[in-house]
Amino acid sequence: MRLAGDILLLIGAGFAFLGALGILRMPDVYNRIQAGTKAVTLGALAFLVGIGLLEPGWWAKLVCIGGFVLFTSPVSSSAIARALYISGVRPWRAPAAAGESGG
Amino acid sequence: MTLNSLELAAFALLGAAVLIALLRLVLGPKAPDRVVASDTLSVITTIGIAGLALVLGNPLYLDVALVFGVLAFVAVVAIARAIEGNRAQGGRQ
Repeated sequence: MRLAGDILLLIGAGFAFLGALGILRMPDVYNRIQAGTKAVTLGALAFLVGIGLLEPGWWAKLVCIGGFVLFTSPVSSSAIARALYISGVRPWRAPAAAGESGG
Repeated sequence: MTLNSLELAAFALLGAAVLIALLRLVLGPKAPDRVVASDTLSVITTIGIAGLALVLGNPLYLDVALVFGVLAFVAVVAIARAIEGNRAQGGRQ
């Protein structure tokens, strides 16, 4: 049980790290919003499940925190994206040729 | 509880994530980049406080994490509304 909890903790922290790396590396604000929101939400849920496996008596509060993260993270990112789009920030385009360039 | 190596690696990764998000918060070219970085940083800090509850063995910190998440959400939505209202009325770009 402890090994499963540790692995989930490691997966959650890894996804949080990748989300933060996406925040640093992505070229414009919209890409940063989506990288930060999705990866970090998945990482947070995995981390909370890992804590619940390590301390089985804490499930109720952990479910509260997880549901709250799951509810507020899309709402806040959507609010930021809507505000940016209304205020006239245009999405980034690849500089050279058309088509998706990894990123 | 005493931490084994996997848990130490997990907390090190969380610390690295906080440092990288802080780097974007400092470097961010404009205000929206800083807002996005602060949003991500708030979620990472919430689960970091939950991990602190695990390390210290005290479930009271889970309440702290929940309240921190609520306040960060309210702050991000308020800043988003401020950006939207400010720019929509012909403010400076």
